[in-house]
Amino acid sequence: MKIFIKNGRLVDPSQKIDDICDILIEDGTIKEIQIPRARGKGQGAKEKKEHELSGVDEVIDAGGMLVLPGLVDMHVHLREPGFEYKETIKTGTEAAVRGGITSVCCMPNTNPVNDNAGITEFIIKKAAQEGSCSVFPVGAITKGQKGEELAELGMMFDAGCVAFSDDGRPVMDSLVMRRALEYSRIRKALIISHAEDLSLSAGGVMNEGLLSVTLGLTGIPSQAEEVMIARDIALAELTHGRLHIAHVSTKGAVELVRLAKKRGIADITAETCPHYFSITEDAVEGYNTNAKVNPPLRRREDLEAIKAGLNDDTIDVIATDHAPHHRDEKLGEFDLAPSGISGFETSIGLSMKLVDAGVLTLDRLIKKMAVTPSRIVGIGKGTLKQGADADLVILDTRAEYSVSGARFRSKGKNTPFEGWKLKARPVATIAMGRVYKWE
Amino acid sequence: MSLRSKDLTGIKDLSAEEIGLILETAAGFKDVLGRDIKKVPALRGRTTVNLFYEPSTRTRTSFEVAAKRLSTDVINIAISTSSVVKGETLLDTAKTVLALGADIIVIRHNCSGTPHFLAKNINASVVNAGDGTNEHPTQALLDLFTINERKGRIKDLDIAIVGDILHSRVAKSDIYALTKLGAKIRLIGPPALVPDCLKDLGVKVYTDINAGLDGADVIMMLRIQLERQGKGYFPSTHEYFRNWGLTAARVARAKEDAIIMHPGPMNRGIEIASEVADSSRSVILDQVTNGIAVRMAVLYLVSGVQG
Repeated sequence: MKIFIKNGRLVDPSQKIDDICDILIEDGTIKEIQIPRARGKGQGAKEKKEHELSGVDEVIDAGGMLVLPGLVDMHVHLREPGFEYKETIKTGTEAAVRGGITSVCCMPNTNPVNDNAGITEFIIKKAAQEGSCSVFPVGAITKGQKGEELAELGMMFDAGCVAFSDDGRPVMDSLVMRRALEYSRIRKALIISHAEDLSLSAGGVMNEGLLSVTLGLTGIPSQAEEVMIARDIALAELTHGRLHIAHVSTKGAVELVRLAKKRGIADITAETCPHYFSITEDAVEGYNTNAKVNPPLRRREDLEAIKAGLNDDTIDVIATDHAPHHRDEKLGEFDLAPSGISGFETSIGLSMKLVDAGVLTLDRLIKKMAVTPSRIVGIGKGTLKQGADADLVILDTRAEYSVSGARFRSKGKNTPFEGWKLKARPVATIAMGRVYKWE
Repeated sequence: MSLRSKDLTGIKDLSAEEIGLILETAAGFKDVLGRDIKKVPALRGRTTVNLFYEPSTRTRTSFEVAAKRLSTDVINIAISTSSVVKGETLLDTAKTVLALGADIIVIRHNCSGTPHFLAKNINASVVNAGDGTNEHPTQALLDLFTINERKGRIKDLDIAIVGDILHSRVAKSDIYALTKLGAKIRLIGPPALVPDCLKDLGVKVYTDINAGLDGADVIMMLRIQLERQGKGYFPSTHEYFRNWGLTAARVARAKEDAIIMHPGPMNRGIEIASEVADSSRSVILDQVTNGIAVRMAVLYLVSGVQG
């Protein structure tokens, strides 16, 4: 099967390309990238193109569009096995592809927890059968994510886990975290820290401050995140393990990571999510359960610090922390609603605002959403080099559209961005050799 | 004039004019309560449901008496949170109550924001009888009514509120209501229970009760919830009383004609000394009586909006 994508503006930081190109895909891999040298000059070039089109099964005209490497989302929840009423591997990857995401790393807080090679194999097999994009499981650090005993990290790694995390919960015991960072070195595996001191965050449902007091909701101070990041940086320094800080949400957290990187003491990377640079705790007003997320939405100064952290590369990655929930779970008491935002289908639209605002160039945005996460988890994606998997997205950045949770592909309609006007929207995504197109 | 909303979810959402309207209406109903026949036919044929997810005697009874004095039918539904965990969602319960013919739902719930959620999702009037640590608007309204009765005004009074402000829905509603009517507020208590950020509401924050009570017109004591013990907010009730308990000596710091209030139920010897609670300055029982008149006014006025 041959696919020809013509006239699009290809932005591929891995090859330092930003130009109008034609791309030939054959059997799911990049066959050739043609940068027309004599663009618009005479008949010659045109004829050449026509000639090359022979034998092509599908031609996609990407004129006026952006063509990017498929996005790599290293922090998602697909909910299967165990919570299929929230999301499945099938619906989750359909939603990912709708958002231009072609590779996802799914967190282990399923039921049963992905804490052994059997579950890892199940996820990989199910994804191969029903998935619309590539799925890379993240294994649990500890058995049952209980924070007590190391899970079989080596066997899970060999079964296909690309990183380890007890995401949703921290590893509270510092010794267990130390052992995880030490042991993971045998495979140079990545340890992802969900940084939250549970004794400081206990009972909390939103950011701590005047707003939490006046809404009568229990607050989670920024320090609940920061003390754990400080601890994990210290442990990474001690163990020389590979540490990745998930969903950075506070100004202090950005400063801690920045300092650690500057001192060069540890192998550390960090991610944030679109909601942390797009909205503040104000979104909780009116007890909006769709704005309940962990870590919680913070304040304006935190949001600005996150942007600055993205700008100076303190924060390496933008991931969604896609956390779909059932409508009924979010329709009720704020205290009782589960935390999480359905993030796949708003991620690129919200992130492109960073380019419009001058926080990041398009090239650097793509690095943080594709190239760098792929490198961190070591999956060889995020590039459109000749011979690479033809995972790509074609993005229309001209037409404005309105976010509607009800229209999400994801089973999780839980978005705090309902009604937002966004500009960048995938019109086609190619993943696993298949073409998905939308009007 | 009428209220703007079919619901009373909190003082936060009321204007000073609306608060004034409720207090005026309550004054009229207080006259009714002094008559031989203490009942008016204002809401005959309507149904009020007291939906209580938390145990409550005084607030529920007060709403029940208020509703009966207005001639509405009253249904009390007490739901233990444990049975909710087993099954029915809040919205389903509320819809069931509506199907039974409720015009007004008076709700108390341990989760903040629950009345706001119901108000958005059902057509009946929703009256907040205390939600989590957010608001207890009718308590604040009866406090205002009582202060006004004794002092003849609210504006420019110095009002000291002592205790667990952070977890007190009464204190929150009182702060909003008193601020809207121009009173000056001092909050007094242990730092963990009186967060500094409250200063942003335009109030003064004290840890020293003597300084905080200096020259006050009104002293509002809050109940110290015994379940907060052992959580590290303060070391012991003994030490709490030593630092923040209201004694006669401390009352002497306030103005000579200062009044003492408490939303009840009181913990004698923990936040308030018996001699103070029972003194002539205490208006604690007036608060209870005025609560009925104020709740009649609220039920009557929200029904008017509902039309």
